[in-house]
Amino acid sequence: MAELLQFAFSGLTVGAIYALVALGFTLIYNASDIINFAQGEFVMLGGMTTVFMAMAGIPLPLAALIAIAVTTGVGLALHRFAIEPARGASPVALIMITIGASVFLRGVAQIVFDKRFHSLPPLFGADPIQFGGAAILPQSLVVLAGAAVIVILLWLFVERTLLGKAVIATAANRLAARLIGVDTRRIVDFSFAVSAAIGAIAGILITPIALTSYDVGTLLALKGFAAAMLGGIGSPLGAVVGGLLIGMIEALCAGYLSSSYKDAAAFLIILVVLVAMPQGLFGLVKVERV
Amino acid sequence: MNLRALIETRLLPAILVAAIVIILPMFFPSGYYYRIGALVFIFALAVVGLNLLMGFAGQVSLGHAGFLGIGAYSVAIGPAHFGAPSWLCLFAGALLSGAVAFVVGRPILKLKGHYLAIATLGFGLLIAIVLNNEAAWTGGPDGMNVPALTLFGWRVHGSDAWYWIAGATFVGGFLLALNLMESPTGRALQAIHDSEIAARVLGIDVARKKLTVFIISAMYASVAGSFLALFNGLVTPDVAGFLGSIELVAMVVLGGMGSIFGSLVGAAVLVVLPQVLTIFQEYEQALLGLIVMIFMIFLRQGIVPSATAALAGWRKC
Amino acid sequence: MRAVQHFTATAVICLCAVLGAALPASAQIKIGSVLSVTGPASFLGDPEKKTLEIYVDEINAKGGVNGQKLQLIVYDDAGNPNNARTFATRLVEEDKIDAMVGGSTTGATLAMIPVFEDAKIPFISLAGAIQIIEPVRKWVFKTPHTDKMACEKIFADLKQRNLTTIAMISGTDAFGKSMRDQCVAAAPKAGIKIATEESYGPRDSDMTPQLTKIHNTAGVQAVVNPGFGQGPAIVTRNYRQLGITLPLYESHGVASKEYIKLAGPAAEGVRLPAAALLIADKLPSSDPQKPIVVNYTHTYQQKTGQAVSTFGGHAYDGLMILVQAMQRAKSADKAKVRDEIEKSKSYIGTGGIVNMSPTDHLGLDLSAFHMLEIKGGDWTLVPGT
Repeated sequence: MAELLQFAFSGLTVGAIYALVALGFTLIYNASDIINFAQGEFVMLGGMTTVFMAMAGIPLPLAALIAIAVTTGVGLALHRFAIEPARGASPVALIMITIGASVFLRGVAQIVFDKRFHSLPPLFGADPIQFGGAAILPQSLVVLAGAAVIVILLWLFVERTLLGKAVIATAANRLAARLIGVDTRRIVDFSFAVSAAIGAIAGILITPIALTSYDVGTLLALKGFAAAMLGGIGSPLGAVVGGLLIGMIEALCAGYLSSSYKDAAAFLIILVVLVAMPQGLFGLVKVERV
Repeated sequence: MNLRALIETRLLPAILVAAIVIILPMFFPSGYYYRIGALVFIFALAVVGLNLLMGFAGQVSLGHAGFLGIGAYSVAIGPAHFGAPSWLCLFAGALLSGAVAFVVGRPILKLKGHYLAIATLGFGLLIAIVLNNEAAWTGGPDGMNVPALTLFGWRVHGSDAWYWIAGATFVGGFLLALNLMESPTGRALQAIHDSEIAARVLGIDVARKKLTVFIISAMYASVAGSFLALFNGLVTPDVAGFLGSIELVAMVVLGGMGSIFGSLVGAAVLVVLPQVLTIFQEYEQALLGLIVMIFMIFLRQGIVPSATAALAGWRKC
Repeated sequence: MRAVQHFTATAVICLCAVLGAALPASAQIKIGSVLSVTGPASFLGDPEKKTLEIYVDEINAKGGVNGQKLQLIVYDDAGNPNNARTFATRLVEEDKIDAMVGGSTTGATLAMIPVFEDAKIPFISLAGAIQIIEPVRKWVFKTPHTDKMACEKIFADLKQRNLTTIAMISGTDAFGKSMRDQCVAAAPKAGIKIATEESYGPRDSDMTPQLTKIHNTAGVQAVVNPGFGQGPAIVTRNYRQLGITLPLYESHGVASKEYIKLAGPAAEGVRLPAAALLIADKLPSSDPQKPIVVNYTHTYQQKTGQAVSTFGGHAYDGLMILVQAMQRAKSADKAKVRDEIEKSKSYIGTGGIVNMSPTDHLGLDLSAFHMLEIKGGDWTLVPGT
């Protein structure tokens, strides 16, 4: 029993990491139908910038804020200088731009930062919490809480604010949104900025557990993308559920079956789910107009 | 169909490509260029297949390097574990890839857009993981040796030999792809790309056509993978990895989706560019990303279609 | 008028180009290197590149080798063996190198070996696996200890502490897998029984399921973790998180101050085999390696601002063995240099004391490894090893 609980804790830890990254995909997708493969680099920038600011002597909370600000700026720049000029291009071309952006950001990061691994101190200490014979790190709970807070905030934003409604309108039909006076360019600007901020926060919260380096972005983006699709792209709740699910599958497979195939198990389950539910767990069934 | 159309749409482009293959080596100062040329043609072969899937049928595959991996490992595992000659393993690998594509494609191709992307991504990753883990068969992460190809008693060895083999095979694959596009299946695929529902209404068996092109593209990739493994004499699991799949997609998109000729251009750009950029040392990655972004923003149709459009516009003047 | 000007300008430029090409390049010795400076193995390739650059500059500042300056040509294979092979071909055909020191990973090295064997260029590899020098290839040498040696050192220490049943948790990357294979092969002869095995991906963030399984396996007396990079740091943290008190052994690939920093207090009591480089300042002054490793440590730290790494040390050894062979051969002739490399005797380097022979293209034995234990956040030498 304690064993199962330990596996579950591991699944929640890793799943919360994926969930946080997956959340970053949903907002940009909602506002512009783009899958932003540079999302992983936002996570990397949040962690690495904080580490290097702290190494330069800046107190940690301020370093974190600077990191979030810098990453938000990068997200905005990505939209303004890379995505916006290519508006109207095919979806694959846009994906290719975000992939190019992720390679570019990785390339810059290795020059500005370095190629080693770094960590940050956990928020509530490194002593694990014992529960039912299993141990969980307090930072894992922080990551989970962070994901929950962001989901709630996103939901409130979309349901309760005018700006949120504007985002949904832009996603539903860009032309119609412009006709009713929504500045769609600002909306997409905003969504990139907020997604970048979410990514940066994710990076800062994750680093005490998973460490950070200039190329953490690639694998995280992969898993985050998978989580977002599993949950149904566009749904923040789906992103979190998808992330947690993937984390749990990996942990349970490592615990009960084979640790070398845990990643394979997760992707196999994703394939099975998508074949049965082609729009993911919480995705809206898309009505195709002919 | 009349002779003139035949020549214009198929023979002329193929002759042009064959001419490029034959003339290029006159400019090669050293064996290194033969290697680059061989690599370009090998990847271009895989890209042609992927272009059929992405450009013509409009389906996305982010796991295509998986088929590259199946082809590559066939010519490694076959001789090592079954004692079979390399050329036979090459064909076996292509058949295996086709079979895998058939089994996997049936359920997956029902998905659309980003969901298809993630499904193919997962598939590619699964293959890479299996290749990495089953060390008894595949040699694990350090890979395994690949014995050289022997054709009619002659051991194929060296960059120049592989340049000609890869070049010739590419011309063949090029011609085949052109043939496919001009055939009823090709037209059906274009109809599917334009509007799947309209195509279905016209009586086209959409699922079957998509599966057919998926299988064909898998076989193209498999042959390319086998060539790569035979050329290098070594195969490692990262040939089937995620980065490899992204590189293939980038080659398709950069060259021009839906342009078979663009496949050659896209492959050439992404094989040659890192070699050129290496003089920039640490800045290479950043520059590569920047160049890809700039290409996609300003030549968003891809290099060949943009160039063709520009030429057409210029001619009108 | 303008046409004449244009023509003259073009003619002048062409003339300069022709003259420039015709001028003999100052007779330099060209040393090629293909390293994984970026990508999954950048942990290895980055310090290797920095080391080679620092020391080629230093050697040139002192007058070069045999009166000729060294020219270092480094290419980055990003951890991809196909790229490594392409760059190897480029070094041979285009850059026309005289010798090669490089190959951060086993995959890249194995991919490049045929190129250098065909071109008959001496190749000193910086990768770990034993297959690089076993079977012995005429033109291929290497400087890092083999993973087989690391296993044997660990097993010897286990026997010393009367621990005979172990569990292994290894990374699925090439380094981890190769060392795991060697340990499995060496265990029976060393009298060690491997009760259970687990694995993790090199970029995973949580290994508690695997460690829980190990913890719940009866009879396990110690745990060995073949792997490199960030994985072992996380394994170590998880180890303490789960409250496992069994002795933990890490691999030689982890030997860096960084590991101690990342694993934090969890690293207390962890043992691993490492070259003298890591405990440079703690070596007894009678140790012949001491001046070399102290010098290297200070130079590297001063020039790069980063802590010294065992992989950089291998690159240093590779370069020095090559340079000394060239000095003994009194030329850069490839065959003569190769013969001299093979005759390297009593070369004192960061990895140990090297004695090569026609049947041994590595030249290190088990005494090159010391068993280190982490105490109080720093390395200490386990006495008698």
